Amino acid sequence: MAVAEKQITGKLVRISGPMIEAEGMLGATMGEIVRVGKLGLMGEVIRIDNDKIYAQVFEDTSGMFLGEEVSGTGVPLTVELGPGLLASTYDGIQRPLITLKESSGDFISRGLTALALDRNRKWEFTPVAQVGQEVMGGDILGTVPETGAILHKILVPPRVKGRIKTVAPAGEYTVTDTIATLEDGTNLQMMHKSPVKLPRPFFKKLPPNQPFLTRQRVLDMLFPIAKGGSSIVPGGFGSGKTVVEQSLSKHSNAQVIVYVGCGERGNEMAEVLTEFPHLEDPNTGDSLMNRTILVVNTSNMPVAARDASVYTGITLAEYYRDQGYDVALMADSTSRWAEALREISSRLEEMPGEEGYPTYLSERISAFYERAGTVICAGTQKEGEEPRMGSLTAVGAVSPPGGDYSEPVTQTSMRVVGGLWALDASLAYRRHYPSVNWNRSYSLYFDGLRHWFEENAPAGWISRRQQALSLLQREAELQEVVQLVGPDALQDTERLILEVARLVRDVFLQQSAYSKNDASCHLDKCFGIMELILTFHEEAEKAVRREIPLSRISSLPLKEEVARTKEEPNEGFVEKKDALLERIKLELGALEAK
Amino acid sequence: MATSTADMLHKEYWDLTYISGPLIFLKNGERFPTGAILNVHMPSGEVRQGQVLEATKSHAVIQMLQGTVGLDVEGTSVSLKDTAARVACTEDMIGRRFNGTGVPIDGLPPVVPEKEVEIAGSAINPVSRDAPNDFIETGVSAIDGFNTLVRGQKLPIFLGSGLPGNELANMIVQNSGTKGDDTPFVVVFGAMGITARETQYFLRAFEEGGKGSRVVAFINQADDPAIERLFTPRCALTVAEYLAFEKDYQVLVILTDMTNYCEALRQISSAREEIPGRRGYPGYMYTDLSTIYERAGRIRGKKGSITQIPMLAMPDDDITHPIPDLTGYITEGQIVLSRGLNRQGIFPPVDLLPCLSRLMNNGIGKGKTRDDHREWANQLYAAYAQGQNIKKLMAIVGEDALTDLDRKYLHFSNHFEHEMLDQGFARRSIDDTMDLGWKLLGLLPREELTRVNRNTLDRYYVPFGDDGKKTSFGL
Repeated sequence: MAVAEKQITGKLVRISGPMIEAEGMLGATMGEIVRVGKLGLMGEVIRIDNDKIYAQVFEDTSGMFLGEEVSGTGVPLTVELGPGLLASTYDGIQRPLITLKESSGDFISRGLTALALDRNRKWEFTPVAQVGQEVMGGDILGTVPETGAILHKILVPPRVKGRIKTVAPAGEYTVTDTIATLEDGTNLQMMHKSPVKLPRPFFKKLPPNQPFLTRQRVLDMLFPIAKGGSSIVPGGFGSGKTVVEQSLSKHSNAQVIVYVGCGERGNEMAEVLTEFPHLEDPNTGDSLMNRTILVVNTSNMPVAARDASVYTGITLAEYYRDQGYDVALMADSTSRWAEALREISSRLEEMPGEEGYPTYLSERISAFYERAGTVICAGTQKEGEEPRMGSLTAVGAVSPPGGDYSEPVTQTSMRVVGGLWALDASLAYRRHYPSVNWNRSYSLYFDGLRHWFEENAPAGWISRRQQALSLLQREAELQEVVQLVGPDALQDTERLILEVARLVRDVFLQQSAYSKNDASCHLDKCFGIMELILTFHEEAEKAVRREIPLSRISSLPLKEEVARTKEEPNEGFVEKKDALLERIKLELGALEAK
Repeated sequence: MATSTADMLHKEYWDLTYISGPLIFLKNGERFPTGAILNVHMPSGEVRQGQVLEATKSHAVIQMLQGTVGLDVEGTSVSLKDTAARVACTEDMIGRRFNGTGVPIDGLPPVVPEKEVEIAGSAINPVSRDAPNDFIETGVSAIDGFNTLVRGQKLPIFLGSGLPGNELANMIVQNSGTKGDDTPFVVVFGAMGITARETQYFLRAFEEGGKGSRVVAFINQADDPAIERLFTPRCALTVAEYLAFEKDYQVLVILTDMTNYCEALRQISSAREEIPGRRGYPGYMYTDLSTIYERAGRIRGKKGSITQIPMLAMPDDDITHPIPDLTGYITEGQIVLSRGLNRQGIFPPVDLLPCLSRLMNNGIGKGKTRDDHREWANQLYAAYAQGQNIKKLMAIVGEDALTDLDRKYLHFSNHFEHEMLDQGFARRSIDDTMDLGWKLLGLLPREELTRVNRNTLDRYYVPFGDDGKKTSFGL
């Protein structure tokens, strides 16, 4: 960029927590990164008043003197994109935490710089583009096997266009070696930089019609979202948001996971770092860490970097989407990000909106979730050639104060996302996990996915799903009656509904994230359990109509047998289910009134 | 600035322009760095301390540790004491008592510091953290069995006023020595705004239990300056970090009462005329609290650890109040005390259902407690929750409307409260807790126990012999 040639320097005139003011900065641009003070702390310009700038600083500002120097860098906050991102752990401004540990020990000190991508590591590059080819941003120059399962596609950076003059031959290169040149003299490397606050370009957005399978029964069957969709997971503390986000990271059918720990616990990150390298990627069998990028800004790390961390995370996710992968972004928790916005806003003395949040909160949240989507990737579109498609699914945890959903972050997010997985503390108290409240949750993607389920899921999926939802609804109504007049007032068929609904809740809806066989549930098993429960209901209802007392039906060991099926592995589940299905029909059919 | 720190130390400035509540304002903000500790020389000759909160060209904002009564704008001067708040650290502090900012109050001479450390602390690099996974046996069934405490965890106790939280904390301190482990154990006790009665209780209880010489106490009492409370937990944790990560101690940090800390935070915030968040607490309270709670943990390659038990009184027993709410979002679970159980004379009166330990799975199972622990706890939890539901239902529809099964759950849940939760001050080992749990599960029919694997049931489940009218298991 041309502006960078003349460096702007000014003087610090105010320090207020994570915000500073500096004078003599005429020429600085909004969003530009500045270096603050002797330590050279990174900050971002968020307001300009003549020659005075206001900047949020991504590191702790204490101990600084007024009058210290502030200098512009001429560039906005960017991330480095190239091979070597997967399996890395970054902080909010993409500094690799391992490198920080090497330079400053177990505690993070200030003013450190570290390059996101290793400049010395050599990667095996195979060219794809050819000399003389016209290329544009998003076209593939070549490939690099980044991890066992992910073939990294080296892309022409966005907004670059031209005819290729030279391409490097296959061989080993570092991320900064030139691997192609254009006729206008542009040198292209395996690495390029991308500003985080601008969405990366794509060719076209498509309606989402492939499911984002989470391997969680309650989500896949009742409230499925699509690849390229967005969903929020709100819940009070202890309702299990983090366990849900981590389960999705482990078991979902995305190819690349970007996990943003924004203002959350350090020990949780330690757990992920200890656990993930030893787990298997469900798609490829490779180590789970090899499909994961962690962006970590724990709650005690500087507050302004929380804002950076969600944008860093989503830009990394978009980069893999542009290569044609299905990417999932987990943001835990978006409320902490919103709180960071609130804190900076109040230091700027802006007029507050609801609950002190800035009035642009909803603009920021909507813009963030709108970066999700299924797209035809940027690049030259060729007639008769299958376009390269990629998707970015965004799942954001929300931490409403006091578990009250009427607060601004939950409400604003609900207006833009297509899925609501509402977690319920009262279910969590009963150790009903995942504590997804079936009466409050919804998914707007189901209609778009109907066709996929008809084609690919076990036959009867759609109708069994509807039956399950109706049954749970009916139970809620009956429970109200019971609360008023006691269970005696109900008829046997109604009591049967209560019993079966309890099976649905205990067996189908609950799923242990810690059980070997139950943590990840495939469609066959998911459907199978529901089919067993509903068949039990149908056959039992017939028996009740033959005037067989409910107590006799309940005392059969069948109910327990159904309950036990969730301990069975995914493999071979269908056979076991079919056998039990026969027994249900036979044994309940054979009951005779005395 | 050209002035060196050494020059500044001797200079006195007569800059005071404005005094409000706990804050004073100086005319010129360029003299001191933010976070610096200043000496404030009063006309009477008394010297107090203050900390620079904010600096602009035209003024600096100072929070006064010992209050502003007696200060004036004409006769008061300030000078730099230190560029940041620090606390002395040495192993000799073990067994000593200090005030909220680290000044000895036990009548003994000041400690000779091995080093002086900034109390603000730095964040542990998340990749340096070691996942907590060592079981701490507290001897309390409600914790060991159902909400297991793990070394490196932060697990707060939420109590209502009048509930025996201090007694529970003391029980944990007395029992959770590191058994079968040669790393030495020490308690760092940070008290913010507690009464003289509570102070005496803790100090006497530590002595009587023989733990007095293993305790470092930082005590800010209810009648001490409120602003000091903002320093107390940080002093305590800085010393804890020194002992854990430089001297290899297993450190248990008790912080009480975090509610008083938050009130002090609110006081400063309102004096600075900041836009208030919920109930007047500042919007950055989550971030501020996290810089305290996140200082628990373990570090790879280090023997020591910091386990935190913050205690806080829930105003009006309201768990959604901002203080317990934000705490719950940062800590790894919570232990909640129940007024109802306390009235029934059950000790410790732990309200099991809203309790949680997020790290429980790391601390239990084969080689740590027992391999059936997870299922056992899930089943007991589910059954107790069902029993509580039925109790509520019974209050509406009467006992006659209950089914036989309902009655069994009810019966189970009563026994659970009186046999399992109520243990008095006696220590109960994890094996005894688990055996007792299985006996209680014997009150329920086997087919109800679907949270437990069949093999586990075969091994441990024994149905309770008679009609279940017995009131004691003869333990």
